[in-house]
Amino acid sequence: MKILVCISKSPDTTSKIAFTDGNTKFDENGVQYIVNPYDEWYALVRALEIKEAGGGQVTIVTVGNAADEAVIRKALAIGADEAVRIDADPKDAYYTAMQISSYAKSNGFDLILTGKETINYNGSQVGGMIAESLDLPFVSLATKLDVNGSTLTLEREIIGGVQVVEVSTPVVVSCAKGMAEQRIPNMRGIMAARTKPLQVVAPVSVDELTSFVSYTMPNAKSAVKMISPDNMDELVNLLHNEAKVI
Amino acid sequence: MILVYVNSANGLSKAAFETVTYGKKLGDQVVVITNGDASPDTLASLGEYGASKVLVDRTVDGEDAQQLTRLVASVAQANGASTIVFSHDLIGKAVSPRLSVRLNAGLISGAVALPEGDGSIKVNVFSGKAMGLVKVNSSSRIISLLPNSIQPEKSGNTCAVEETSGNAGSAAIKVISTKKPEGEIPLPEAELVVSAGRGLKGPENWGMIEDLAKSLGAATACSRPVADIGWRPHHEHVGQTGVAIRPNLYVAVGISGAIQHLAGVNGSKVIVVVNTDSEAPFFKAADYGIVGDAFDVVPKLTAAINKFKANQN
Repeated sequence: MKILVCISKSPDTTSKIAFTDGNTKFDENGVQYIVNPYDEWYALVRALEIKEAGGGQVTIVTVGNAADEAVIRKALAIGADEAVRIDADPKDAYYTAMQISSYAKSNGFDLILTGKETINYNGSQVGGMIAESLDLPFVSLATKLDVNGSTLTLEREIIGGVQVVEVSTPVVVSCAKGMAEQRIPNMRGIMAARTKPLQVVAPVSVDELTSFVSYTMPNAKSAVKMISPDNMDELVNLLHNEAKVI
Repeated sequence: MILVYVNSANGLSKAAFETVTYGKKLGDQVVVITNGDASPDTLASLGEYGASKVLVDRTVDGEDAQQLTRLVASVAQANGASTIVFSHDLIGKAVSPRLSVRLNAGLISGAVALPEGDGSIKVNVFSGKAMGLVKVNSSSRIISLLPNSIQPEKSGNTCAVEETSGNAGSAAIKVISTKKPEGEIPLPEAELVVSAGRGLKGPENWGMIEDLAKSLGAATACSRPVADIGWRPHHEHVGQTGVAIRPNLYVAVGISGAIQHLAGVNGSKVIVVVNTDSEAPFFKAADYGIVGDAFDVVPKLTAAINKFKANQN
């Protein structure tokens, strides 16, 4: 099975978030980038498991500039066979998805995996956009994925429950928690990653559909009001009369 | 006109009333498109929140995002929709990106407010650690609205319900089985949430958390370590790599308040923190704090709430 895993970089989850240029740009100063956890822990690892069980090839693709190759090498160290970097700034989700679908269209994959969302923009957009642009079915937020020939059996979250569905390849799937367990790259993987093929592809011309005007930080909380553990009636009173939430 | 997609598969939820209210507040005529077998009377009630008409396709079950996309796109095109509104729930997340490509319309995903004067819309970014204003560069736009971002408002009477069909094509996804736990409140929609972490020491101690949740009519949630070691199901995990929620009240018991956890809950209106450690970082993000042992505080709080509820009736 030929699998394409879409990888995005995101700031390490412990990063403090700040903005520059009059709050119009993310401040990258001192920020450590990682592979977006959903892409790495769930999409990539499940792709590797499928390949290990039934053979095939795992290609990772990212839209980014040369500085992102460190993140790409990390994904290769975990076990992907080859990487493709589409040489452009990922301007918005639409721009990113159109770059990936253009690459995917000319390279014919059976399965395209994304993480459920990035932890920077949380849009959950790219997977669905790739699927529409390739006119493929899309199973979003899958928590389990089993392959049987060209039929996939998936478990996915639905509103208020879970569902088991079947779909035929080719298909796009976004992966959520439960799909696989995180893998830590070992020394052999890290060494091998240095020599694995990393192809740089020129972007296609796409207009972005959205842009960020500015960013703000959430309002600072006013000081916490401490309440004695022996005075829960007072807390209930405050929640009812002051906060008005019960 | 404004087109609002409503999921009516299990009757109408708060998300439906929120999105129709949002559409109404955008200031144009609101048409609702839905699917499935909700009764005409149920659907007509969307008029009270501002819909002028509800279109329903009975042939579409809503399980295939591709099919739903075709349905919504055909109605949007036939009616010249300028804005299409979804709830940013599991269906909205699957359908709205597809629709964005199909209609070449910019998608504002996870909106938390009505548009500003310049048309830009506020969204959560960096998993709730910051907010951004997004504008679209296309002639039409799609907005997916984060649950609990605006209050539903009734403004009128019931509206007409019309049947439609024939534009959605067939479904490529085949449903084998569906499991819905009875009586649980879906976490993203819950207005009140009680959450607990490693401070509870073991899964056998969750009874008191469930009792507290029951007394409030709240959903239950947990921190990441607790989901990872299997004390609680994954779908209860709240935080940067779990679910991001914005309830009116979030009660956190035995959770220290790591930055990744706070990212998932700092949209909450009011936060109550119970922790034995007075230095726990969560107190800095809390409105009300109690330094104390969960095993002592939680039963007392449950009793106080039950007493309050009894006096209310």
